[in-house]
Amino acid sequence: MFGEGILQGLYETARNFFGSYVDKDRLVTVQYPEERHQLPEATREFPFLLYDGPDPEAGLRCVACQICEKECPPRCIHIEKSKDKKPDFVGKQQFYPAVFDIDVSVCMSCQICVEVCPFDAIRMDNEYELSTSNRFGGLLYTKRELAKPNEYYRKIHPTEAAETDDRRAKEAEEAKAKAAAAAAAAAAKAAQVAAIPAVAANGATGNGAAPKPAEQPADKKPVNQ
Amino acid sequence: MTALPPPTADQIWVWMKAWLVLHTPAPFQALVSIVCMVAAIIVVFASLFALTVLLERKGLGRIQNRYGPNRVGPFGILQPIADAVKSLTKEDIVPRSADHVVHYLAPLVLVGASFLAYAVLPIGRNMTAVNLDAGVLFFFAIGSATELAVFMAGWSSRNKYSLLGAMRAIAQMVSYEIPLILSSIAVVMIAGTLSTSAIVDEQAQYSHGIAHWYVFTPWGLAGFILFMIAATAETNRSPFDLPEGESEIIAGYFIEYSGFKFALFFLAEYIEMFAVSGLGITLFLGGWSSPVSFLAWIPSWIWFFGKLLAFIGCFIWVRGTLPRLRMDQLMNFAWKFMLPMTLFVILSAGVWRFLPSAVAGSTGLGAVVRWLVCALVVLLPYITLARTLESGRKIEKREYRFAD
Repeated sequence: MFGEGILQGLYETARNFFGSYVDKDRLVTVQYPEERHQLPEATREFPFLLYDGPDPEAGLRCVACQICEKECPPRCIHIEKSKDKKPDFVGKQQFYPAVFDIDVSVCMSCQICVEVCPFDAIRMDNEYELSTSNRFGGLLYTKRELAKPNEYYRKIHPTEAAETDDRRAKEAEEAKAKAAAAAAAAAAKAAQVAAIPAVAANGATGNGAAPKPAEQPADKKPVNQ
Repeated sequence: MTALPPPTADQIWVWMKAWLVLHTPAPFQALVSIVCMVAAIIVVFASLFALTVLLERKGLGRIQNRYGPNRVGPFGILQPIADAVKSLTKEDIVPRSADHVVHYLAPLVLVGASFLAYAVLPIGRNMTAVNLDAGVLFFFAIGSATELAVFMAGWSSRNKYSLLGAMRAIAQMVSYEIPLILSSIAVVMIAGTLSTSAIVDEQAQYSHGIAHWYVFTPWGLAGFILFMIAATAETNRSPFDLPEGESEIIAGYFIEYSGFKFALFFLAEYIEMFAVSGLGITLFLGGWSSPVSFLAWIPSWIWFFGKLLAFIGCFIWVRGTLPRLRMDQLMNFAWKFMLPMTLFVILSAGVWRFLPSAVAGSTGLGAVVRWLVCALVVLLPYITLARTLESGRKIEKREYRFAD
């Protein structure tokens, strides 16, 4: 009534003023380029493409199904499907993206591409310093810039990555078991129908490709280029 | 201009000017004298503006538990230079439908009028640029010219926000000019003069080692507080910054100004703030005089600028504390509280002036009685007014029909 509220407010601001010189914990500012906040694990900012193994071309999980391209609300993804195929982690022959571009200036980091991807091929990054001095070219991220190894994914999102890896390991295991079973069945069939060896040999090579996918991309690569 | 004053620390600037004038040919002496004073005022107060902007940003930052600007130079002390370069290099945009001439003139008039007010401010012993007999009157007359400039800016921009801002500014400035002038009338009554130098001389006397500042009297203290509140409103400082409320009308009357013209508005605002603070110091805080006689050896201009910096600090502190008022609150405060209170301050000053001869002398018990009586003359209306204004209002939780 007599202005004591104003005095109280003045006292509070004076306490803040002097307190900020005495007590460093009061200062909420992070001196950005020198200091940084510890990012929370769920931070998401701009998608990237995952690849397994050492080679980003060969190990790229993307099969160019173009679901993300269709689902992308601001339509920042551009994919061109390859003409040939290469085997995926379970050994199945799949297409791969000949071109995979994302426009940084258009992407809104909504994570919808990640949600819809059935191949665990695209995931959210936590890279937020995406500014560039090149207005046009610098903002278009190509396949080469987008591809990042699975180890990187494990580092930035450990929980998510562990879950994905487990699932994929299980899938691979199942695929292997299935292939083994099929091979066994085929072998049994072959043993049964020993009269026609050519058929059995055919089936064996078809299924036998699964356990050793490393050879084939190496063979494929020269064809690709 | 024939004899040089002694070059003491107190009179160093006066001596320098006199020396310079003495060594110029006679026909140019008057001109050199004027240029010296004008240049000094402009340079000193414009640099004070730069300093204040930095202090304000740092201070507000600290009040909000931030660092404030700390990138340009060590601890961000070169920030004003960066700001100046930025505003100088920005494009100057004039709206197509604006009144070009008035739009161009408004910031110039504003800055000119703001600087003119310094003509009568005694910023040190013998350091009044123009010692007018009616200095206080001149100050307020020039202060009113800024209102004209504000309206010129608001009207010529041809923008609804700027016009709204200008109208708010006029309403606010006219309303608060009255308590501002009335509270200084008490001082004029007691001092018996309108000359700012004479008012300071009146206060620069000591009894028992303590200066006769008017702020040490009950009417002076009340008058000083009222004067500073009115001054805050008069210079559009927060919490009375409705004319330029960023969140409501973007920047008020200077919304259509950019680049250096915008900087001029900014400058004028601070220059006005310093000027009116300087008048407050002159009227109530003894101008350049020291509060106690044993500190009188400190040069008078240091006292003045020390007080001014303290005022600036308080302005920043208040800005960091209080939220902006609403228009009706602003007007109610001016007309229902400030105006009656200043009238009672005048009454109290009258009692102060005429009581001693009637009751007792100015020492001993008589002084205490006089002090108490004068304090009561201000305090009782204050309590009554505060109670009355509060009684009609009920603060309750507001129901929102659509927001929840």
